[in-house]
Amino acid sequence: MTVKTAPVRAKKHVNPMNRQSPGDKVISVITYLVYACFAFVCAYPFYYIIINSISSNTLSERGKVLFWPMEIHFKNYSRMSTIPGLLDAAKISVLRTAVGTVLTVLIAAFLGYMFTRETLWKRRLWFRFVAVTMYFNAGIIPWVLCMRNLGLANNFWGYIFPMVVQPFYIILCKTYCESVPRELQEAAEIDGAGTLKVFFRIMIPVIKPILATIAIFAAVNQWNSFQDNLLLMTNRPDLDTLQYKLYQYITQANSLKALVSNTTNSNAVMASLATAATATSIRMSVTVVVVLPIMMIYPFFQRFFTKGIMIGAVKG
Amino acid sequence: MNKKTRSYVEFLYILPFLILVALVAYYPLYGWIYAFHDYMPPKPISSETFVGLKWFAYIVENPVRLADIGRVLVNTFAMSGISLAFSWFPMIFAVFLNEIHCRPYRKFVQTVTTLPNFISWVLVYSVAFNVLSSTGAVNSVLVNLGLIDKPIAFLSSKDHIWFKMWLWLTWKNAGWAAIMYLAAISAIDEQMIEAAKVDGATRMQIIWRITIPCLLPTYFVIVMLNLANFLSNGMEQYFVFQNNFNRKTIEVLDLYVYNIATTGRGNYPLSTAISMLKSIVSVALLFITNTVSRLVRGEGFV
Repeated sequence: MTVKTAPVRAKKHVNPMNRQSPGDKVISVITYLVYACFAFVCAYPFYYIIINSISSNTLSERGKVLFWPMEIHFKNYSRMSTIPGLLDAAKISVLRTAVGTVLTVLIAAFLGYMFTRETLWKRRLWFRFVAVTMYFNAGIIPWVLCMRNLGLANNFWGYIFPMVVQPFYIILCKTYCESVPRELQEAAEIDGAGTLKVFFRIMIPVIKPILATIAIFAAVNQWNSFQDNLLLMTNRPDLDTLQYKLYQYITQANSLKALVSNTTNSNAVMASLATAATATSIRMSVTVVVVLPIMMIYPFFQRFFTKGIMIGAVKG
Repeated sequence: MNKKTRSYVEFLYILPFLILVALVAYYPLYGWIYAFHDYMPPKPISSETFVGLKWFAYIVENPVRLADIGRVLVNTFAMSGISLAFSWFPMIFAVFLNEIHCRPYRKFVQTVTTLPNFISWVLVYSVAFNVLSSTGAVNSVLVNLGLIDKPIAFLSSKDHIWFKMWLWLTWKNAGWAAIMYLAAISAIDEQMIEAAKVDGATRMQIIWRITIPCLLPTYFVIVMLNLANFLSNGMEQYFVFQNNFNRKTIEVLDLYVYNIATTGRGNYPLSTAISMLKSIVSVALLFITNTVSRLVRGEGFV
């Protein structure tokens, strides 16, 4: 598709008198305004939830807190550890994110590297064996039944093993390893380094940039993962993640009410009504806690965006 | 160590991971056999539970079930169709974002609109719930302005649910999807644009005649991917947004498969049979779109 193929009917819609700047200016103003709206729509909900979580609970319950925090207090957060199960869920979420990320990155780096080694027996076959899994899946129910058979249901490792071998990331590492000069490996091998030593001592330091990208995306995936909790951990409430707890708080209003009366009303005499927990306050403050890690690492991983989107674009 | 031994040793290094792939990615395909059994957990399947194509026949023969599947397919097609029809949105979003010359502002817009992509659907639902509930921001403002008398039940109604789901999908993904187009825009040859400016082209003309044509190959791939995933909307978004009011119109194929396996007595074989058919159609769609892509661009995306 080139410029020439476009039909020639230029200048039709534009008044010749003010072709250049005035027309462009109008476009500019409209563009700025429209994007301000987009930005507002994306940012305001988060702002709204944050200011409500630190405002007077009676006011936020009535939907009065819209623009800035009112009657600021932090009871909703200091009280958080008394919400049953929340702390355990946070632990599980952190643990699965940590373990899952480290393993995903190491496996992607190792397999990516091994698939560039021409000495590897049946290299292309094994690469395809892994890469093709991107393009099909059995469907959730057969998957669940098979994970049960493997003993991964109601087991912490059910969060980890199904997610650690990611063909996308492996391909990304493979492409990156291929760009590393051969001489680097060869020099090390002449000095007597074996395959593994070359990997740990030479390749890992060299491919660090791509590993950082993968680590961030893997971590976000692990943190956000909800479906495996829902499908696999049906009999183990102690393995629930923060995402799942949050979902329960939103959808099961009744149990939340019971929770509210358990957590606060025992010392309701002490607490003023403005800071006493409500269903809304719990929902909002838990939301902030779940979204905060993402927001905190967000500025650091913005520079990986372009690389990240290429994860979806690379070919095997 | 000679070369032959070495190549086997290296294979042994990757063998554990190959086994892992076989277990978590290939072994679930074996789970399809549950579609041919009368499987009721916890009783394992055996030769006695084998029923052949009973469940596949059941899909076609049971009128209630058939009507159900028809309804679910309509939902699936509608939601995928709306996504497909508006799939140009991220491209236009990127094109005009690129027209903003104030860098800090552009960066700000990009940062803020990309953030929702990195939060889970549960969080999206939580955000939606907090903002749209009867005392949430939107209803408060509307009531205060006197535009409505009583709060609108945005989430617990079945009206326009297909479109609402598209809106949330776009809210979450558009900023992120635009990044790819922004990368493609920055790869456009400056000289072409300079030449157009010298010839007196306006900004709209440059966008229409240069920028967008240069983005069409990328857009084409996105459309093909959309088509390949036409039946696979995923279940997470619809699962978190579903409730008793909107269940009939929100149920897409992926969610339906989950619902029939988990609600009531839980019909695992039927669910497996349907998802098996879906997987087969999906793979076929992938092949077709890839072939189309190969014919049009000379290059597939698989």
